[in-house]
Amino acid sequence: MPVSKSVGARIKRREDPRLIQGLAHYVDDIKLPNLLHVAILRSPYAHARINGINTDAAQNLSGVKSVVTGDDVKDVIGGIPCAATDPEGFPGIKVPHHPVLATGKVRFVGEPVAAVAATDAYIAQDALDLIEVDYEPLDAINSAEAAFADGAPIIHEDWDDNMAFTWSIAGGDVDAAFAEADHVVSQRIDHQRLVPNPMETRGVVAQYLPGKDQLNLWSSTQIPHLLRTQISVMLSMAENHVRVIAPEVGGGFGCKLNVYAEEALLGHMAKYLGQPVKWIEGRRENFLHTIHGRDQTGDVELAVKDDGTILGLRYTVSADVGAYYQLLTPAIPTLTGLMLCGSYTFKNVQMNLKAAFTNKMATDAYRGAGRPEATYLIERMIDVVAHDLDLDPLEVRRKNFIGKDAFPYETGTAVAYDSGDYTAALDKALKIADYDALREQQAELREEGRYLGIGFSTYVEICGMGPSAAMPAGGWESSTVRVDPTGKVTVLTGVSPHGQGQETTFAQLIADGLGVDIDDIRIIHGDTDTVQYGIGTFGSRATAVGGTAMVHAMGKVKDKVINIAAHLLESNPQDIVIEDDKYCVRGAPESGLTLGEIAMVAHVGVELPEGTEPGLAESHFFEPPNFTYPFGTHIAVVEVDADTGEVEIQRYIAVDDCGNIINPLIVEGQVHGGIAQGVGQALYEEAIYDESGQMITGSFMDYALPKAHNFPRFELANTVTPSPVNPMGVKGVGEAGTIGSTPAIANAVIDALKPFGVRHIDLPLRPEKLWKLMQET
Amino acid sequence: MKIEVTVNGEHQSYDVEPRMLLVHFLREVVGLTGTHVGCETSLCGACSVMLNGDAVKSCTVLAVQADGAEITTIEGLAQNGELHPIQEGFWECHGLQCGFCTPGMIIAAHQLLERNPKPNEADIRRGIEGNLCRCTGYQHIVDAVQYASKKMTR
Repeated sequence: MPVSKSVGARIKRREDPRLIQGLAHYVDDIKLPNLLHVAILRSPYAHARINGINTDAAQNLSGVKSVVTGDDVKDVIGGIPCAATDPEGFPGIKVPHHPVLATGKVRFVGEPVAAVAATDAYIAQDALDLIEVDYEPLDAINSAEAAFADGAPIIHEDWDDNMAFTWSIAGGDVDAAFAEADHVVSQRIDHQRLVPNPMETRGVVAQYLPGKDQLNLWSSTQIPHLLRTQISVMLSMAENHVRVIAPEVGGGFGCKLNVYAEEALLGHMAKYLGQPVKWIEGRRENFLHTIHGRDQTGDVELAVKDDGTILGLRYTVSADVGAYYQLLTPAIPTLTGLMLCGSYTFKNVQMNLKAAFTNKMATDAYRGAGRPEATYLIERMIDVVAHDLDLDPLEVRRKNFIGKDAFPYETGTAVAYDSGDYTAALDKALKIADYDALREQQAELREEGRYLGIGFSTYVEICGMGPSAAMPAGGWESSTVRVDPTGKVTVLTGVSPHGQGQETTFAQLIADGLGVDIDDIRIIHGDTDTVQYGIGTFGSRATAVGGTAMVHAMGKVKDKVINIAAHLLESNPQDIVIEDDKYCVRGAPESGLTLGEIAMVAHVGVELPEGTEPGLAESHFFEPPNFTYPFGTHIAVVEVDADTGEVEIQRYIAVDDCGNIINPLIVEGQVHGGIAQGVGQALYEEAIYDESGQMITGSFMDYALPKAHNFPRFELANTVTPSPVNPMGVKGVGEAGTIGSTPAIANAVIDALKPFGVRHIDLPLRPEKLWKLMQET
Repeated sequence: MKIEVTVNGEHQSYDVEPRMLLVHFLREVVGLTGTHVGCETSLCGACSVMLNGDAVKSCTVLAVQADGAEITTIEGLAQNGELHPIQEGFWECHGLQCGFCTPGMIIAAHQLLERNPKPNEADIRRGIEGNLCRCTGYQHIVDAVQYASKKMTR
């Protein structure tokens, strides 16, 4: 990176003043004249036939404008799309029609059945109670195992079983690896279902302008452009007559990287009612009908030598994907397959996946999306190997690490890790932890009947998503950089930040690159009528891919600025430098020109060099040549209370390598939040459906989100191994904490319980589970 | 029903439905949308406001219960264009990401610092346990409250 003023500095965020004063506008804050409020009637049954719906009483309620059912919209709103259904990738994939409102049958609790539009949100809710649905309940399926059982009820009756799709990946010679092994270490591992739970639920406002035949759709989404394309298809509208706006978005974590029933339904209702409509998801609805994460159960086998060298891995896994596909459902477990080798050198690897339809909400991308599953299982299995062979888990890791000179490194799953130094991150974390002292303390406490555990995760993740050839819907990103006549800079970016701080980090890059005050820069995103087509924010891609697009667009602007400056200063472009925010001939700063002075010349159009177009705006679409591969070492130190089974995290050390860092303050925030979510999976969170398919963890009372007092002060550090994939050398940091932390905590808790002979426990590691284990042994 | 309230120092009277929740009253009737609804069950704290000096979750208070009350929302904290020290702390310490829980979190911190002007870290973590944040992992929020505590007790 060049020496800079902004890049690398702890600059406080430019988006914050509106957020800390209550002046931001989320979807629910949008008010339009004659706005109607929509409420959705949802199925109370996991699986039932609909024999009839009577909406008369609801229609007649004062204030109700309209009630619509599946039969009303089935011919006018297309199915909810899935972008990952290629039978070449997913042999035998079944792609059921996914209606916005159920017709004939409901297949999970929370599935939309009818919608009411009323003059007031309370009246819309009242009207739901007046809709009579004649349901004929059917037996429900609440797990992949149940879905595959003989005689299981069939969820989609176009087919004769519940197998949704299969997928496999193989590298090297797995059979030979297992033949050569001294030991085969096996373990069944469960990745429980999780609910993403951004603090802002989803919400949609739709407005139709008949004079322009234009639909304006405000949605709490991570992908405004992809949503526009899909909405236009679902509603049979010309895409250039649909405008999608992602206003302030209150968190996403992958669950807003999707296209939902309500988005199309509200668009349709606004058009046919001739009035704008608003729907704001309740938290209960969010639990039931916003995508879930994880939900894989599989058998892992590792082929291992006596000394702990891993020769190969087999993973035979079932995924419970729910009743229908959402946008990327089938693609998520494939990311698990890509990252099965973790930070380790073995190349003989095989994963066979069977995915089941069940009577649950669809799974899809939740922070990490398939990679936490890979990291958890390999990092957990390293500790199981150490346990079975009586080795030090650290030594097993070191023995199998990919060396720092091996990069770029092609794994057994044929992905090419860009750069890394796994030992450096581990060593740094051990030093911060004072590891030897911790082990001594652990031994002393055990003498007192206290159970301290130390757990490691030496993770690597696949980020910066990604090369279009490897993505379901394009992996490039776009940006336009323009300079106004007065020298103010506007950036249009195709990414759609919702908490990640790109209004700050992108401005830092522009400030340094163009020699302009950061306050003179504006970053615009999330409006498809304003911003050129883009892909959005997910997969730790916004800076690595979107930032790179912007840097290239800025480079084109800068070339033009320098050419104009050279012409005005009667010099050569190669002699123009920026000193004190002025473009000047090297060694003659006193005659330099500001960006504003040059921009004015560009717009007046008179003094331009011959052949130069007037104006000052450039665009760039960046296609990344590879993914990026952030990595690091997390160390958790926990104590398990022998009387209660409660886990207290005493210390948490995270050394992450996300390449070069633009703003350390923001990187820290991303890591903190990521760790908290991964800890949530390890200790607290689990979406549970009972045998009848009812979700019994459908509120914050029953589904435990981590709170402030659940954490110690995180101890963070970095190593910096720049990525060669983009000119900034950044790797992305949005998901690292989540991916790294779950196995660190799990390994620490299981290490604490070593005196009880514990080898493995499935997540979440709640007190009663641990207490029972300690009582039994 | 007729109610009279003082919101952020301004005396106002309205005719509201008896079942209307305070949070909807503030957002839809008074027009102050800085207070957010995160769960409608008083578990997440996004809707926290000050009611007669106490932080309450306005999703489980009826507007009519606030008759005669003084209410402070996030919009009422900054004075004469100057951020409140807690707001300043959240900005300085990167105490927010998506910002959705932030108004409620700031109100909770306000209550905490009124009751305990110099809380230690454990006091802060316990003091904000009624407010959920999914983005920050809470550490920068703790820093923000410590920043405000220092500034307010100087």
